[in-house]
Amino acid sequence: MSGRKDQADRRVRPRRDSGAVQSRSTFAQQLRAWLENHRQGALQSLQRLLRAPLASMLTWLAIGIALALPCVLFVALNNVQQLTAGWDGAARISAFLSDGVSATEGLALAGSYGGRPEIAQARYISREQALEEFRQLSGFGDLLSALPENPLPAVLVLTPSLEASTVESLERVLEELRASGKVELAQLDLQWVQRLYALLELGRRASLALALLLALGVLLVAGNTIRLAIASRREEILVIKLVGGTDAFVRRPFLYTGLWYGLGGAVVAWLLIVLVLLWLDGPVGELAALYQSDFRLAGLSVLDTLALAWGGATLGLCGAWLAVSRHLGAITPR
Amino acid sequence: MIQFDNVSKRYPEGHDALQRVSFRIEREDLVFLTGHSGAGKSTLLKLIMCMERASGGQVVVNGQNLNRLRDRRIPYHRRNIGVVFQNHQLLFDRSVYDNVALPLVIAGSPPRETGRRVRAALDKVGLLQKEQRNPIALSGGEQQRVGIARAVVNKPELLLADEPTGNLDPALSAEIMSLFEEFNRVGVTVLIATHNHALIARQPRRVITLHDGRVVQGAAQGSLSG
Repeated sequence: MSGRKDQADRRVRPRRDSGAVQSRSTFAQQLRAWLENHRQGALQSLQRLLRAPLASMLTWLAIGIALALPCVLFVALNNVQQLTAGWDGAARISAFLSDGVSATEGLALAGSYGGRPEIAQARYISREQALEEFRQLSGFGDLLSALPENPLPAVLVLTPSLEASTVESLERVLEELRASGKVELAQLDLQWVQRLYALLELGRRASLALALLLALGVLLVAGNTIRLAIASRREEILVIKLVGGTDAFVRRPFLYTGLWYGLGGAVVAWLLIVLVLLWLDGPVGELAALYQSDFRLAGLSVLDTLALAWGGATLGLCGAWLAVSRHLGAITPR
Repeated sequence: MIQFDNVSKRYPEGHDALQRVSFRIEREDLVFLTGHSGAGKSTLLKLIMCMERASGGQVVVNGQNLNRLRDRRIPYHRRNIGVVFQNHQLLFDRSVYDNVALPLVIAGSPPRETGRRVRAALDKVGLLQKEQRNPIALSGGEQQRVGIARAVVNKPELLLADEPTGNLDPALSAEIMSLFEEFNRVGVTVLIATHNHALIARQPRRVITLHDGRVVQGAAQGSLSG
């Protein structure tokens, strides 16, 4: 037997002069053929989907809804965040200084607090400045000039640094100020802004979790649909394998089908999001108008849209890959 | 072209389909493979196609020892072999043209080359006029000819046929047979598995006869049918 093996070994190398197509083609030809194969695979799988519009539409809808849900949540969160973006400036400590504290002392206080890590900015507002600001902003200027003397105290405004400050450290600053004897009244404004941010962060986490679950859903929808497609094209797969189709060749149309499902789903999701935004835009505008705000709902940016398309396509492709790797191997000509 | 050395095939269920089969088929030969149904004809063809692997011995096809052929390389091995099936294995979701073009598309032949070759193959089997038809609309004999066109379209050196005339009347069978003879004349090695004795009797050719998985006749070179 070993002798024959050796003899066979010497002949293992494929004959180059054979009439078969593949042995004659150059690399460039092969590349062109490969690209052509991809083009055809993409085109034919799309045509196949469009030939069964109802079934394809159902899959696109299912994927679209699953993609749209977390996207709508993200858009909502983004809008709330945008609405409240200016508010963190309001989370600051206002210390109203006693009348006896001079401007020099006040500036010195601002200087000492401004140097602390948890404080981003410390500003001293003298009584005169306070009066001027009040005059400009309140519209009660005339009334103020009627008063015999300036009723406003000097203020030390401390803006906490967003990174380095915690509620506790700010409470400590507050305590110090109160204990210094130079401060009439010190208050930490708008703790609720921080609570809102915490809630927003929670919302972001929750929608991320939801997004992950729904992504898994998209994966399964695409995978299952491809599994059915594989089952219904069993004969074709067998024949292709019999006449020399590689696994990659067999796989390709199904992967493209998954890609189309994902992309189509992303388009449906995009439409759904746009519809929801259009539907909400009127009421939101009215509500904003009631608060004298010109706030407008922000939709998906071009980048968001691209990300949505990419995400959908990737999920579809991955779902198809799962189905293909699980089920194609089982179909072998016997 | 084909060499079997002590080849055995035992299926997982324990059935011995082939037992110590040895023979050799030279290039450009036309050989019949016969035997009762279940004698192992199909298994033998499947081994050549690498649809099954031998449990013992070795199969060498076109210089390639199939025991050492990696799974990955099997498709490329099959591209050098044309196969005609009893049930045609045509796809009814596409035209005759697309059926015949399939092996070329798979091998990545340029479209113009594909068109030329497909038409040449269809012309050979006399179906050039029906290239846009769906094969389901063709008669049994025509379907078989489409199958033959597909088997030869990429000019394989080896042509296998499994009961190619199984469902055809004698006249159509003779027609199909003469096609095989034509291919053989231009240098294609042909192996036809059949139990159609009228086919075999047409002219003296070598016949390998299997019985219960063993070669009982025709193992040696040059043995002709009487």
